[in-house]
Amino acid sequence: MMLSVRDLRVSFRTHEGLVRAIDGVSFDLKEGEILGVVGESGSGKTVSLLAVMGLITDPNAVIEGSIRYRERELVGLPARELRRLRGSEIAMIFQDPMTALTPVYTIGWQIAEQIRAHKRISKSQALERVEELLAEVNFPNPREAMSRYPHQLSGGMRQRAVIAMALSCNPALLVADEPTTALDVTVQAGILDLVRKLRATHNSAVVFITHDMGVVSELADRVMVMYAGRVVERGSRTELFSDPQHPYTRALLGSIPPLTGEKPHRLPAIPGSPPSLLRLPEGCAFGPRCPVNYEPCRAGKPVLGDGNHAAACFRVQA
Amino acid sequence: MIYAILRRFGQMLFVMFGISVIVFLIFFATPGSDPAARIAGRNASPEVLEAVRHNFGFDRPLYVQYGLMMKKIFVTGDLTSFVNRGWKVVPAVLDSIPVTLSLVFGAAVLWVVVSIIIGIVAAATRDSWVDKLLMALGLLGISMPVYWLGEVMNLITQSRYHDTWLFSWVPPLGYKNFSDDPKGWFLALVIPWVTLAILYIGIYGRVLRAAIIESMQEDYIRTARAKGLSETRILLRHALRTSLIAFVTLFGLDFGALVGGSALLTEVVFGLQGIGKLTYDALQSLDLPMIMATVMYASMFVVVANAIVDFVYILLDPRVRTS
Amino acid sequence: MIEKDRPILETRELSKRFSIGTRFSSQGRRTVHAVDNVSLTVQHGETVGLVGESGCGKSTLARCLVRLYDITDGQLLFEGDDITAKSLAELRPFRRRLQMVFQDPSASLNPRRRVGDLVAEPLRIHTKLSSREITKRVAELFDLVGLLPDHVMRYPHEFSGGQRQRVGIARAIALNPDLVVLDEPVSALDVSVQAQIVNLLADLQEKLKLTYIFIAHDLSVVRQVSTRIAVMYLGSIVEEGPAEELFATPAHPYSQALISAVPVVETTPSGQRRRIILTGDVPSPLNPPSGCRFHPRCPIAVDKCRVERPALTEHRSGRRIACHFPTLK
Repeated sequence: MMLSVRDLRVSFRTHEGLVRAIDGVSFDLKEGEILGVVGESGSGKTVSLLAVMGLITDPNAVIEGSIRYRERELVGLPARELRRLRGSEIAMIFQDPMTALTPVYTIGWQIAEQIRAHKRISKSQALERVEELLAEVNFPNPREAMSRYPHQLSGGMRQRAVIAMALSCNPALLVADEPTTALDVTVQAGILDLVRKLRATHNSAVVFITHDMGVVSELADRVMVMYAGRVVERGSRTELFSDPQHPYTRALLGSIPPLTGEKPHRLPAIPGSPPSLLRLPEGCAFGPRCPVNYEPCRAGKPVLGDGNHAAACFRVQA
Repeated sequence: MIYAILRRFGQMLFVMFGISVIVFLIFFATPGSDPAARIAGRNASPEVLEAVRHNFGFDRPLYVQYGLMMKKIFVTGDLTSFVNRGWKVVPAVLDSIPVTLSLVFGAAVLWVVVSIIIGIVAAATRDSWVDKLLMALGLLGISMPVYWLGEVMNLITQSRYHDTWLFSWVPPLGYKNFSDDPKGWFLALVIPWVTLAILYIGIYGRVLRAAIIESMQEDYIRTARAKGLSETRILLRHALRTSLIAFVTLFGLDFGALVGGSALLTEVVFGLQGIGKLTYDALQSLDLPMIMATVMYASMFVVVANAIVDFVYILLDPRVRTS
Repeated sequence: MIEKDRPILETRELSKRFSIGTRFSSQGRRTVHAVDNVSLTVQHGETVGLVGESGCGKSTLARCLVRLYDITDGQLLFEGDDITAKSLAELRPFRRRLQMVFQDPSASLNPRRRVGDLVAEPLRIHTKLSSREITKRVAELFDLVGLLPDHVMRYPHEFSGGQRQRVGIARAIALNPDLVVLDEPVSALDVSVQAQIVNLLADLQEKLKLTYIFIAHDLSVVRQVSTRIAVMYLGSIVEEGPAEELFATPAHPYSQALISAVPVVETTPSGQRRRIILTGDVPSPLNPPSGCRFHPRCPIAVDKCRVERPALTEHRSGRRIACHFPTLK
């Protein structure tokens, strides 16, 4: 197993008390696999991956549990060693390409900076590599693009530059945090295509965080659905989309308006809104919004079972 | 590029024209400012007063007087003081420029270097005792009035501890020409530089710290961390660079104002015959030609300083280049 | 009563241009053609969806329709009345009947005022109702949009995103408008909440006989809500037609690419749809391409497209396309 996360808990000390953003998340990732992580705001999907990257810098954060990357424990690893992994073996793509690049340096400079942080090569060698990378992510004129500043590129082009940067050291693991949310659909289609192609050429494993079920179903090998800091369902793409188990997954899939065929008169909506992490309901966090909740749901928190396809739901497990 | 320079130049002319008209009008609207009365001296008879008025052209329409004064400043350069007869004001201003420039320039170097160091160290050690100590010292620097601090400095270095090894090198108050005596020039200005810089070190250190801390929250800092860069590199290459923009704006304003005469208090305390001192004296004696000359010089300098800031902006922020 | 056969809103060759820069800036004064010659008719009771990528002019058009922006060229008619150039005072009676809901509910609600006040505000300005009648009406509105009566005293930050958007909607319908322009009303909301708001909008339309102009970048949401859809590209409408028909058989190559790009949940792994991936970026509206504005990215463009701009023409009832070679099925 390339990445193995066990019982990860991330909490933040705030004025209003301890907020548990991640509450016991476990998952595995194989080499070359694409894992889709789906959830709404506050579901903990981003925080859990920032923890994997060692990018939670908030001094009020408490991280517990285990994150093993290629048999190395990352929790508690000295900052120096973590830094050596970051950007070279584990790379990340962020949501908003508009703000993810430093505005005062050229694209070429910023990508070369990452290469030179990890490899002992000359500046000109690094720039040659940058040109190759930009060509790989389909920049029409890579040499020219290198001398451009971020604000001179469109959103789609910036995101390609960010991807080129992430790939610069041939990472074994790529974490993508909603990389297409800020982009138009036609641009998104190009980026998704690129991610698929890169997985094929670089054999990188990808963790793809999104709120869009459609994106996950097109890209992921396996899917993990999160709600209020916990994983509620996990399975292969086929299992999850053809046979969703957890009432939340079912409801979420049901509430997406169809793109073809008959329009429903009303959409099957989920009542209420995602709970605040400060005031989580007793028992199952989805309980108050769940159409099938019953006694046990208020008494305790359901635990995600073992097995490839599992749901953290008392109804399903009963 | 040439176009930008021309535009700046036009702007400068416009500012100078506007300010000179305002100064001129305010002067003549000020009670007791009648220049004829000053030139004729106390107890002058009405006839003498009338004669002076006529000789100096004070009986002509204001716009003619204004035109004459401008001509005498910019074309012939022979405008004389109303107070000290025969004293030509343009050479007087030109003579005091090196004094002010030496004072402000040296202090600026000092305050920029020290405040950048303080800003970086405080931001890097945010919320630790080092940060708190530096910010407290900065606040102290801001709170001390320059004239008071200057006097205290003088008291220490000129009298109380002058004879100890620590301050025996400090020369008496006053300015020495750089071309005549570079060492003397330097020694004479060290204490004024430090005094003037202390206030600005406090302000700039705090501003830079805040700007860096703000930059450190930006998404691109997270990207830089994800790239595996060291914290030092992130701070210096990514956060500092983008934080300097606010710093430069402030610097342009302060530097322009100081060179234009705002270093007045420092000049007075240390007996330096700079622009500030000149303006101060001219205002005391309501000497219009001198006021006009120093104001013209100051407004020119503020515009020039702003142009320099714009240029530094372009170097710092590529976004300005294209838009 | 209102004449039902007359369109509620109509634009005739409406254009909106912005000038940027000054004569003295390096590139001189330049013009952005944000909305270019848009002719659109909206009938009573229907929902017209405007779709297109960012920068296509859909939001600018929406703001022109409620006269938040001045119109550069062309005409805007509200029930046959030309309101293109009406002054603010002359617009007042129309403002009541023409409302707008914005994308970000937290940005469009004053955080320092109670939501009851916010909803009551248009009533105070535009009606002569007593404060008692206003309170009654606000309670009625809260009930209509699915908020509880005691929510009146709360501040916007005490609400979730979905509830805030309900407040925004309550405010928009307070004066019984006829037409509501909705600019990305669900985009800022969580997926699980979007459907509630979509349903609420449908209910209100039925109950209050509203006409909607609905703007969103989420195509499946637009399809769900709209009866008719106009696809925009670089400031112009490239295709228009009944929602389901347009999605099933898009005729303009841009509409085809746009619709094919939407990722949909596939339950069977083999069921991948054919996807058209466009190359290049949307050109700048400062310097739009010659001929058909889509030609640089169009997979079927020929020489004619580079020279001659296709007009938006009606190919069959209710179906207009601006393309020399539309795919008609």
